[in-house]
Amino acid sequence: MPLPYSAIVMEHFRNPRNVGRIEDADAKGVEGSPACGDMVAVYLKVDPETHVITDIKFESYGCASNIATGSIITELAKGKTIEEAKKLTWKDASEALGGLPPIKVHCSVLAIDGLRAAIENYEEKHGLVKERKPTTVELVKKRLKRVVNPVVGLDIVRSNLVKDVEVKDGVVRVVLDLPEDHQFAAAIKEDIVDKLEPRWDVNEVIVEFTE
Amino acid sequence: MFETTVYLDNAASTRMDERVLEAMKPYFFDLYAVATSQFGYSLGIEARDALDTARAQIAGVLGANPEEFVFTSGSTESSNLAIKGVALALGEKKGRHIVISPIEDFPVLHSARALERQGFRVTRVRVDETGRVDLDHLRESITDETILVSVQAANQEIGTLQDVKAIAEICKEKGTLFHTDATHSFLRVPLDVREVPVDLITVSAHTIHGPKGIGGLYVRKGTPIRKWMDGGYQEFDLRPGVENIPGAVGFAKAVELITPEETARIQAMRDRLLERLLNEIPHTVLNGHPVHRLPQNANVSFRFIEGESLLLHLDMRGFAVSTGSACFSRSLEASHVILGIGGNHERAHGSVRFTFGRYNKEEDVDAVVEAVKEVVAELRRISPLGKE
Repeated sequence: MPLPYSAIVMEHFRNPRNVGRIEDADAKGVEGSPACGDMVAVYLKVDPETHVITDIKFESYGCASNIATGSIITELAKGKTIEEAKKLTWKDASEALGGLPPIKVHCSVLAIDGLRAAIENYEEKHGLVKERKPTTVELVKKRLKRVVNPVVGLDIVRSNLVKDVEVKDGVVRVVLDLPEDHQFAAAIKEDIVDKLEPRWDVNEVIVEFTE
Repeated sequence: MFETTVYLDNAASTRMDERVLEAMKPYFFDLYAVATSQFGYSLGIEARDALDTARAQIAGVLGANPEEFVFTSGSTESSNLAIKGVALALGEKKGRHIVISPIEDFPVLHSARALERQGFRVTRVRVDETGRVDLDHLRESITDETILVSVQAANQEIGTLQDVKAIAEICKEKGTLFHTDATHSFLRVPLDVREVPVDLITVSAHTIHGPKGIGGLYVRKGTPIRKWMDGGYQEFDLRPGVENIPGAVGFAKAVELITPEETARIQAMRDRLLERLLNEIPHTVLNGHPVHRLPQNANVSFRFIEGESLLLHLDMRGFAVSTGSACFSRSLEASHVILGIGGNHERAHGSVRFTFGRYNKEEDVDAVVEAVKEVVAELRRISPLGKE
């Protein structure tokens, strides 16, 4: 059996591009945490006139695919405008890496989230932000598309794991079509909470399982 | 794939000894019959003799009688038999409560969970930050309804040894049965049932350079236990199925080949590894107990980095080790052992286990230390943590 990672992933893992910090960065984004087991920090230099990303660096605490996706997104985003870079998806990252094992796709989501967080940070600092949107069922579902079902490597919305979503008085309730003692139940739950809890108007995230 | 030149994952499984294979061979090609009763045909009687001899030999090193040792397919089955077998025998008669430690290996942990689903009550006894069971809490946890206490002899990840004798004596005093999973300590740390009043012991062959697919359960004479898998009357009516005679013979040979001198040599390598890692790599902490630990086990956490990356870099350099990181696990969950001893997730994700065996050489130790130093430095350079 060969290694689970493509040759491109291994190459970026061994020799990650654009590693480090930009001391006078125009913006910074951090996603994940040591507790989750993976974390990506993205630093940007942006041309104030053209909004082109002129320099980008990243730091990674995580597994091989976390390091490789961090590296590839810096290559994909460099030279793009922030509007163009915002449209990059985890699929773009995964494809550029020659694919990721299903169980590792969530790492490419994290890197893309790190890039988006850095761009949002730039927009906030430079008065480019529109009004803060309230959390709705629709927005929750959109966010849940960034939580990956490790069994199939697709997000939990597309793989029909999300049975119900409810948003009421700052409490988000997500019902999953998964038994509580499923192999990945705890990992998926943690990921959902991580994606929704930072929302400005969310106080609590409840994840329920079906038997 | 990369060529593995130094294998340091002997807790997961070991390289089988050639002498074990030589001992097993005749039972595949010449004496391949099932073990028959003494009234059977000659080939079957000879097979029966081989099985009995192997059983006596393995029971002997535990200080047990041959009829107290049941062959199984390995530790997983042994622990399932111990826990579910006692539950079947005593659940209705005595009570539906068992006590385990929270850092048990999966066969014990999940057998207990399976019983919980059937309405049994399970108490997880407190352990300290080195993984040792709180004996006072254990004593308090045992009630009149408690039918079994199952606490491992040694931990699979952090190598912490329990005070098996003290636990056994508490159980005896309280009148409850005691099972211990000794998969990792078997023959590396002495355990004699004539000195320790333990009722059930799980052991395995593949962790002592024997074959995979064979293990055993010591069952003290008179212990109430029933088979949970149905079939014939083999293995004292506790484990049905055609006996794995080549496996049993190989297991006995593997037992015979373990010596105290070899264990001392392994411990010296382990000691040197731990000393160098802890002294030469900053922000490195020991997981488990500094003294009461398996002689073959080293487990440390390197702060600010994640174990799967470290494992892959070491693999590229020819070293095989293991980690408690979530990324490495099949469930994407961090090690329940490191979390169970009060460690945080970061400590679990950065934990690395090195386990030694017969085929490690003294020079491997310095080679792995140098490789680990390089890789840790490189991953810390990439990491956003630990830089403020």
